Amino acid sequence: MSDAALPATTPSRRRGVLPFAPALTLTALIVPIAAGLGFTMAPAFGYLPALGGTAASLDAFRALAEAPGFTTSLRLSLTTGLAATALSLGLTLLILAGWHGTASFRALERTLSPLLALPHAAAAFGLAFLAAPSGWIARALSPWATGWTRPPDLLLVQDPNGIALTLGLVAKELPFLLLMSLAALPQARAADRLTLARALGYGRVTGWLKCVLPAVYRQIRLPTYAVLAFSMSVVDVALILGPSTPPTLAVQTLRWMNDPDLSMRFQAAAAALTQLALVLAALGLWRLGELALACLGRAWATAGGRGHPAAEALIRGLAFTLGAAVATALLAGIASLALWSLAGHWSFPDALPDALSFRTWARHAPALAGPAADTLVIAAASTLLAIFLTVACLEAEHRHGLTPGARSLWLLYLPLLVPQIAFLFGLQTLAIGAGAGERIGAVVAAHLVFVLPYTFLSLADPWRAWDARHATIARALGASPNRALLAIRLPMLLRPLLTAAAVGFAVSVGQYLPTLLVGGGRVATLTTEAVALAAGGDRRLIGLTALAQTAAVILPFALALALPRLAFRHRRGLHA
Amino acid sequence: MPEPGLTLERLCIEHRGQRLIDLDLRIAPGECLTLMGPSGIGKSTVLAAITGTLAPGFLLSGRILLDGEDITRLPTERRHVGILFQDELLFPHLSVAGNLAFGLSATVPRPERARRVEAALAEVGLEDLGPRDPATLSGGQKARVALMRMLLSEPRALLLDEPFSGLDAALRDQTRRLVFDLAAERGLPTLLVTHDAAEADAAGGRVITLG
Repeated sequence: MSDAALPATTPSRRRGVLPFAPALTLTALIVPIAAGLGFTMAPAFGYLPALGGTAASLDAFRALAEAPGFTTSLRLSLTTGLAATALSLGLTLLILAGWHGTASFRALERTLSPLLALPHAAAAFGLAFLAAPSGWIARALSPWATGWTRPPDLLLVQDPNGIALTLGLVAKELPFLLLMSLAALPQARAADRLTLARALGYGRVTGWLKCVLPAVYRQIRLPTYAVLAFSMSVVDVALILGPSTPPTLAVQTLRWMNDPDLSMRFQAAAAALTQLALVLAALGLWRLGELALACLGRAWATAGGRGHPAAEALIRGLAFTLGAAVATALLAGIASLALWSLAGHWSFPDALPDALSFRTWARHAPALAGPAADTLVIAAASTLLAIFLTVACLEAEHRHGLTPGARSLWLLYLPLLVPQIAFLFGLQTLAIGAGAGERIGAVVAAHLVFVLPYTFLSLADPWRAWDARHATIARALGASPNRALLAIRLPMLLRPLLTAAAVGFAVSVGQYLPTLLVGGGRVATLTTEAVALAAGGDRRLIGLTALAQTAAVILPFALALALPRLAFRHRRGLHA
Repeated sequence: MPEPGLTLERLCIEHRGQRLIDLDLRIAPGECLTLMGPSGIGKSTVLAAITGTLAPGFLLSGRILLDGEDITRLPTERRHVGILFQDELLFPHLSVAGNLAFGLSATVPRPERARRVEAALAEVGLEDLGPRDPATLSGGQKARVALMRMLLSEPRALLLDEPFSGLDAALRDQTRRLVFDLAAERGLPTLLVTHDAAEADAAGGRVITLG
């Protein structure tokens, strides 16, 4: 026996359930998506016995093609999604090329990174409050510059071409892409590459684009694809900032789903499936664009141009101005939400309301308590589950060497690449018969699909960067693997653990479509309440609800920052 | 009658079909043996095999015996093998006393725990440092805390993974002497790995050169 070669993992004879953690996690991600897609596909092809559909047919797709406004919806989804992705990615890269490593960049980063957590709906409302004909910008410029004494009759938001929607998405996706790129920079050895390029005489921006970008883009490709898929199929932002007649395909699909005429569900299913095909086509198109740009880029990189100083300065100035404008717009948006929730009489074109009071708060706070509690319960439950699964996967990787390959990274991104409406449609069909308790449970499971990728992406790097010799020491001192985890690793990683939890919480709070559809319209959270107000015009109530939604993501982040500082205030080694 | 000390019996470690390590040796209680060789030769792999923390993908054959007991397949925490790395790796979230108490067996009752921690600190001249944040200690103090933490767990063998190379010359001699004195006093078989010939000389025992 003694001469037989043993695999090195045999020392722990009792492997327990931990090795199953990755499979369990993938199940939690994949099963809802697969089941949902299946139950979307069936009615799209005519099969939904409850509504009399028993034979396979293409009638739903025929009806869809003939539906008024369908091609416009299709075009809107494609153009706004592609434009928002190209603009936010381009701006991200130019900001990094022009400013990474400078003090101005750190200031911009510090301002933009907390805005990543801002729920999409709250950000969209804030931007709408700024840009609307009676919004803050128009008020600030009226009447002295514009001559307007009443709100102009202009479609500044919800414009038919979706420009407001595109810009709103750019503002919200810029922080995301910026932070994902920042995480990729060290591995791309960005600083060394840039120094090398500049030593060869290249300008900052040109050198960055020619030497650093190829390495960085490889690592932010999946996040970029996620932005494209999201931008093309988002519902809440499109309801607030997007055109309404006709709207984008995802919004139109939701309308058909909610049509009192139940036979419209076949057409809605076909539209949801078309949305999936559209996103896949756009991803393919994007990939072709990548290849073409890479080809041109290689020629450009080897042509030897060092970059013209004036052009470099212009690009840097433009990039920083636009980045600062995005940060300012998002912050001013939150301020205008707060101001409207407190505003007394506020007539156009006054820049500020006549008086501030807590009247709106006092009147509507009781009605918001229920949705706030449900928001909290759903977010806490899905975040706890997500953190538990994430830690179990990462610990299984540590103990049993179950290192995920590149393919599992794709699986992790799957929930962010498949348009929500395509599989939530099917999940809604499944959830129809559920009781109240089951509905909340189903919503938690649906939120988990979107929370898990973010908690995992947030925790994986600090977890893997932890010096595992601490675990060896603890084990050699007699601690079991579980004790090494609970008494050493988790406390040492408390800060990233809480940050990941705050990220997960924020993702859950911001979910609109999963809550609406899987909850069967009967689970109300701050987000569903806020978006439901979009059609009405009560700015004070919208302001209050969106503000409550914002608070629901800011407070966990504040706790995630404060708790480790408090718990370990006498432990300098943890604050390095 | 089991043979006391640490025995590597035809220990062979392979990785991807390549034989990295082939050792057959015994270290008597109180003896120090040095494995010397350039970095990347697999010195730390030997230590990982003895602590039971070999990464997956390594294949191990042969036996590791500690005082006659076959520990080849035991989980790390049941091997009673202490290890010191180049970095002290004090747990940053625990106090100095907390770090030491982590090394004590759970079977030691509470009043006795505090007493043993105090005694351990006193043994290396660190009285009154118990409540301190480990991050505020000097390099030499950290090394001594790491040593006593390991000894409090009552190991039956001691592994040293280039443990003195992070210290400056004067402190290195002093710390080395302390470690070897305490190990000899407790009769621990000690295995030192290093890439530094001077370190191997200073250890004073047998030297096996790898590679």
